[in-house]
Amino acid sequence: MNPADLHPLVILFAAITTDNILLARFLGMCPFLGVSGQLRSSLGLGAAVIFVMTCTSVLNWLVYHYLLHPDGVFGIDLTYLRYIAFIIVIAAFVQIVEMVVERVSMLLYLTLGIFLPLITVNCAILGASLFMVTREYTLVQTAAFGLGSGVGWAVAIAAMAGIREKLARHGKVIPQLEGAGIALVIAGIMALAFVGFSGVIRIN
Amino acid sequence: MHDVLYAVAVLCAISGALAALLLVAEHFLADYGECTIDVNQGERRFTVTGGGDLLSNLGEQKLFLPSACGGRGSCGLCKCRILAGGGPVLPTELPYLTEDEQARDVRLACQVKVKRDLEVQVPQELLSVREFTATVERIEDLTHDIKLFRFALDGDERIRFRAGQYVQLVVPPYDEVREETFRAYSIASPPSDDGAVDLVIRLVPNGIVTTYCFEHLREGDTARLTGPFGEFRLHESDRECLFIAGGSGLAPFRSMVLDMIEHENTRKATFYFGAVEEKDLYYVDFFSKLAAEHDWFSYVPALSGAAEGHGYETGLVTEVVGRHYESLDNHEAYLCGSPGMIDACIKVLADKGLDDERVFYDKFS
Repeated sequence: MNPADLHPLVILFAAITTDNILLARFLGMCPFLGVSGQLRSSLGLGAAVIFVMTCTSVLNWLVYHYLLHPDGVFGIDLTYLRYIAFIIVIAAFVQIVEMVVERVSMLLYLTLGIFLPLITVNCAILGASLFMVTREYTLVQTAAFGLGSGVGWAVAIAAMAGIREKLARHGKVIPQLEGAGIALVIAGIMALAFVGFSGVIRIN
Repeated sequence: MHDVLYAVAVLCAISGALAALLLVAEHFLADYGECTIDVNQGERRFTVTGGGDLLSNLGEQKLFLPSACGGRGSCGLCKCRILAGGGPVLPTELPYLTEDEQARDVRLACQVKVKRDLEVQVPQELLSVREFTATVERIEDLTHDIKLFRFALDGDERIRFRAGQYVQLVVPPYDEVREETFRAYSIASPPSDDGAVDLVIRLVPNGIVTTYCFEHLREGDTARLTGPFGEFRLHESDRECLFIAGGSGLAPFRSMVLDMIEHENTRKATFYFGAVEEKDLYYVDFFSKLAAEHDWFSYVPALSGAAEGHGYETGLVTEVVGRHYESLDNHEAYLCGSPGMIDACIKVLADKGLDDERVFYDKFS
């Protein structure tokens, strides 16, 4: 499958459904298991992830193709530095976003600003950038992929939060499975459900 | 070889460029301009550059709010009321604020960022809290693990305080201790002795500050103290007083009793001091002499661990107090010592009919 053939919108929808970065690729599990108890904070975290993932994957595409790639500014193959370089870019980006959010809107800062430092270490963010490299996406495809992965992650955590909230209110969980235990069981069943999407669109 | 150098250079360039970008962003985005902080309805008012936290800004203006963690948001001591300009309560503050406090606009000063003009309310006595530099004038052994440290305030500084209050001793980094630490100690000298501060310090195994004092401080060394702090003091009334202390908790009572003598007190007061063995007692002659000279004052040392036959009462100090009184409905009690001792005392006193509004204490751990 030649990546150049894929329309960005196809990538976008696939990233949300069949190639869901959380349920199909199992990246970004920590905040997923830790912060998904309440719908409200999950939506805040999801929104932050969408924003950060889209922007950093685009930024990292630029860094990769113009700085690290042999065809770039420096003329040498430094692609092996991508892990470090991507992390540095993600960390700096999140810092700046936090400053902007704090300045511009206190409300926004309170809902999602506190999650921003947490997202820096979310492996899904780095994962999206690394996938972009292995799949050789163009800039537009990368933007679509970043946005789609973020939305897919947010959809997964929102669904998880909804299920957990409902379970907390109406269901009975045995004490031995409370917390991470039941969360993993739910995650597993959700992943199985998303397997049903596979074959609908393939982007890898 | 070249490749390695290029790789290092490129990474440094990327990191450097991003760091520069962050600095620029911080300069423009985190620039909150000049903000006025109004303390206690205009009693103190100053202008600072915005962006920092309230605790540090107040500290720079020599207005010291108590803080044990140094602004990290893990001790909850730096509480103050913010009447205007504080913004919404942050999640990092919530664990330390009760619902009642939240309703009264109480916030943690170390978590509140100064972004606009603020109106702050701090406890009134904090406005007279200052930082003093002092020289160690005398170190005296009182028992095998308790010493008296007399700090003479530098220059012509005078410390104004009420008997019963405490200061915070600031210990600089030393040996393996990387950061400044401070601990509270009650002032053992009376308020009239305002050019110096006496502290009674007991060596705590592996204690950061006490180890510093016992092993590193020498006569002639400099030290920093902030204060005075604390609500513990003698209350105005005619009721008979019970002073109950253990270990280094004797300190505020030395200050109080000397102060009472200077003010020609006539209220009856009895000082119960609890220790384990005779070697843990100190200032016995001092208090016995005062008891002999002043008929309103009595001194009762009690030993909980020693055998009979040495002239002191035996038992835990709480038991001794219990033995001396049938009922305590017209008394007042002042306690200073470990939390365990204080809790036990409160119970004994309550059993004897002493209203808990008449029991005052300073819990030091």
